[in-house]
Amino acid sequence: MPARRAAVIGGNRIPFARANRRYARASNLDMLTATLDGLVARFGLSGERLGEVVAGAVLKHSRDFNLTREAVLGSRLSPATPAYDIQQACGTGLEATIAVANKIALGQVESGVAGGVDTASDAPIAVNEDLRKVLVALNSARSLGDRVKLVGKLRPGQIVPEIPRNAEPRTGLSMGEHAAVTAKEWGIGRTEQDELAAASHRNLAAAYERGFFDDLVTPYLGLTRDDNLRPDSSVETLAKLKPVFGRGDDATMTAGNSTPLTDGAALVLLGSDEWAAEHRLPVLAHVVDAETAAVDYVHGRDGLLTAPVFAVPRLLERVGMSLQDFDFYEIHEAFASTVLATLKAWEDPAFAKERLGLDAPLGAIDRSRLNVTGSSLAAGHPFAATGGRIVATLAKLLHEKGPGSRGLISICAAGGQGVVAILEGA
Amino acid sequence: MPPSKMPADTLRNWSNTGLARRLGAPRIPVLRRYSPGQPLLEGGPALVAAVGDGRFAKPIAALVAEHGATVVTETGDEKLAAVVLDLTEIATLSELAEAQRILTPAVRKLAPSGRLLLLGPVSGDGRHGDHRHSQGNAEAVAVAQALDGLVRSVAKELRAGATANMVVVDVDTTPAAVESTVRFLLSARSAYVDGQVVHVGAAEPAGVADPQRPLAGRVAVVTGAARGIGAAIADTLARDGATIVAVDVPAAGEGLAAVANRTGGTALQLDITASDAASRLLAFVEERFGRVDLVVHNAGITRDKLLANMDAERWDAVLAVNLGAQLTINEALLAAPDLLGPDARVVCVSSQTGIAGNRGQTNYAASKAGIIGMVRALAPRFAEHGATINAVAPGFIETEMTARMPLGTREAGRRVNSLRQGGLPVDVAETIGWLGQASSGAVNGQVVRVCGQSMLGA
Repeated sequence: MPARRAAVIGGNRIPFARANRRYARASNLDMLTATLDGLVARFGLSGERLGEVVAGAVLKHSRDFNLTREAVLGSRLSPATPAYDIQQACGTGLEATIAVANKIALGQVESGVAGGVDTASDAPIAVNEDLRKVLVALNSARSLGDRVKLVGKLRPGQIVPEIPRNAEPRTGLSMGEHAAVTAKEWGIGRTEQDELAAASHRNLAAAYERGFFDDLVTPYLGLTRDDNLRPDSSVETLAKLKPVFGRGDDATMTAGNSTPLTDGAALVLLGSDEWAAEHRLPVLAHVVDAETAAVDYVHGRDGLLTAPVFAVPRLLERVGMSLQDFDFYEIHEAFASTVLATLKAWEDPAFAKERLGLDAPLGAIDRSRLNVTGSSLAAGHPFAATGGRIVATLAKLLHEKGPGSRGLISICAAGGQGVVAILEGA
Repeated sequence: MPPSKMPADTLRNWSNTGLARRLGAPRIPVLRRYSPGQPLLEGGPALVAAVGDGRFAKPIAALVAEHGATVVTETGDEKLAAVVLDLTEIATLSELAEAQRILTPAVRKLAPSGRLLLLGPVSGDGRHGDHRHSQGNAEAVAVAQALDGLVRSVAKELRAGATANMVVVDVDTTPAAVESTVRFLLSARSAYVDGQVVHVGAAEPAGVADPQRPLAGRVAVVTGAARGIGAAIADTLARDGATIVAVDVPAAGEGLAAVANRTGGTALQLDITASDAASRLLAFVEERFGRVDLVVHNAGITRDKLLANMDAERWDAVLAVNLGAQLTINEALLAAPDLLGPDARVVCVSSQTGIAGNRGQTNYAASKAGIIGMVRALAPRFAEHGATINAVAPGFIETEMTARMPLGTREAGRRVNSLRQGGLPVDVAETIGWLGQASSGAVNGQVVRVCGQSMLGA
C-alpha cells in the first residue's frame, strides 16, 4: 500500500460524437485543448501550474508527437505545467490516470490531469509506404545521378495512401471479428447483448435527465450530449439490426450492440488530499490500486479483449477483496458481448481452475450495479477518451454513494491488453 | 475581451464626420467610458457648491480633489467636467431659485461627457417627523419633489454625452454613505446612466481600500454569464478585482468555460430552474469559497407572444427563469446568513420593459416588473444581515440580440433616449459593479435604470 492515495477531484469531457459528424473537422489537439479548458474552468485553475498532464490518442498524426504538451500550451493552464503522451490503445485514459495517481501517491507531484482524446474522423492518412521509401532515399541521395535514378522509381500506384485500419496487425482480423470469436466461444446470445445495449442507452439518458453530467461534460461545437445516445432504444428495435461481425446464422453482433467509431476527449483531475484542500476542491474518490494484464491472442487460446478477465482476479487478490465487494462496476462496453463474456468467464468454475488458477470462480455480480449511468454502447467510444470518462463518472457515483463505497473499472484494449482499477468513494 | 459581434452605430459615426457637421445634422456623442487608471474627471475643473448648509459639498469637494480634479466654487470661463450641487437642506422656493441661479451658468459650461449631480432631500414620506421635509411642511416637500422634475428635464437638455442624475438622502445619511455612489455617478462608469434618482440611506458602509479595484477579494456569482450582458458583467467585475463564479445552463457550457477562464474564475453549469438549483449553487460557493459577497441575477430568457396567443409553456418558462429562480435563490441566501459575506450584495437585472411594458412581451414584462417588487420586498430583510438588494433596469443595450433586429426597429430603439444611442453591455456591468461594492451598503431596494434616460416608461 502506498503512503497516500491519489484523490479523484473531478473530470471533464466533451460530448462524444459519431465519426464524421459534429467533430468531423476537429483535430485531436482541438478537442483535447477544449476539454482541458473546460476542466480548468470547472475547477478555477486558470493560470495554475499543475504537476503534470498525461494523455494520449490512439489514432495520431505524426505532427502530434507532443500532443498533450501542445494542448497545455494552448490551454489556460500555466505554460509551466509539464505534459507527456502515452498510448495503450483503449486503455490509454485509464493507464494515464494510473500513471498520474502513482506519482501523486509517491509524492512526486501534488496534482495532475489524465485522460485521452481520439478522432476517427480526422484520421492520420499517411503517404504510401513505397512512396515513403523512395522519398526517404531521395532525401539522403548525394549525387544527381542517384536522385535521377530514384525519381525513376516513382510509380502511379504509389499515390494510394496508407489509411489506418481497425484491425490487429498480427491477425488481420478487425476487433469486432475477434470479439465475435470470443462471443461464440462463450455462447453469448443475441438477446442478452441487445438487452445490455438498451440498458446502456436507458441509463445514460436517465443520467443526463437528472443532471448527473452537469459537472462532467462541457458542450463542444454546439453539441451538448453524446450524439450516439438513443433514449428510446429498446431490445425490440435493436433486434431488427443485421449482424455485422461473425459469420453464419448464429452471428449475433450488430451495429447496435457494438460501439460506433467516435470522436471525443475526456480528462480527470487528480491530486493529493492536501492539494485539494488547499484549493478548496472536492475529493470524490481515491484511487485504491490498479492492474494491467495482457493475453496471447495471437498464438494462445485467449480472445483479443479478454485480458481484464485475468487482470481483475490478480488485483482482487492483492487488495484482499472479492468481486462482490463493489457498489458499482464500470465494465467498458467495447461490444456488449465483451462485457457478457467477461462476466461469464468470472462465473465459470472450470475457467477459474484451469486458467486463473483459482479454487473457485470469482462469481456473479449484481447486474443492477453495472454501468449504472450508461457506458460506451450509448456514449460512444473515442478510444483513448474512454478511461477518463469512466474514472470521472465512477468517482462521482461513489461520492454520491458516500465514503467507503467502492467501484471497479475494467477496460479491454487492442493488442490483447486490459487495464483495471479500484476506486473508493470519499 | 471577446471579439465583439455588436452592430456598429453607423449613424453615430456618420454624425461625427465633417460633412454631417457642415450639413448641420445633430451630432450623436461618443460617450466617455471607463478604463482602468483613468482619472475620475476630465475636461476641466469640477464645480462643487451647496445651497444652504448642505453637509455633503465639502466632503465631495475633498473626494473630487483626492481623485486629482481641481475644484471651483463658482462658474468661470473654463469648461466644467462636473457640477455637483448639494441641495439637501433646501426647503423654500427662494432656495430653489438660488439653485437655478447657480445651475444656469454652470450647465452652459459643462464639458462633453460632463456630469451634473444634484443631492437632494428625500421627498416627504413622513418618516422624519421632526425634519423640515416632513409632510407637515408642504413647501419643503414640494421643493424636494421639484428637484425631481428639474433633474429629469436638464438631463434631456444636456448635450455631448453629459448626464444629470440625483442622489436623495435621509436626514441621517452621512457623507461617507454617499461616497461610492457619487464616485460612480461622476465617473465614466456611469456613461449610460442618465436622469436617475438614487436614494442613499443611513447605513454606514465599509470603505474602499482601492478605488481602482473596488471589488478586490469579493466572490461574485453571475448567472447567465456565458454570453451577452452576463459575460460583460463577469469581465467587468473581474476587472474590478472580483473572483467570478460564472453560472449558466449546461447547454451553454462552452461559452461559459471561456468566460470563466478569461476572468480567472470558475464555471458552474447549472439550470437555475432545477428544483435543487439553489442548494447546489450554495453548496458550490460554500465548498469553493466559503462565502459569497455578490450575487448577480442576470439570467433571463424571452418567449415573445401576444397575450391573446400566449401558451402556458411560454409564460411559465419566462417566469421560472427570470423571476422564480431569483426568488428561490434569494430565499436560500437569506436562510444561510453565514454564507453571506460581511457586506453581501444582490443585484437583479430587471428591464425597461418591466417599467414601460412592451407589445408581445407580457410574460417578460411581468417577470421584469416582478423583480422590482421583489427587490423592494427583500431590501429590509437583506439589510438585517448588513446586505443589500438592488435592481438595474437596462434600456436599449447593443447586444447580439439587438443586432438581429430589423434596421428600423433597431434605429428607433437606439434613438429614443437623451443620449440618442444604445448602451453597451459594459454600461450595465459598471452599474452592477457599483451596487456590488462593499462601500455601497447605503443603497438598498433601489431600481437604477441604465437607459440613457429612455423616453419609454419615464
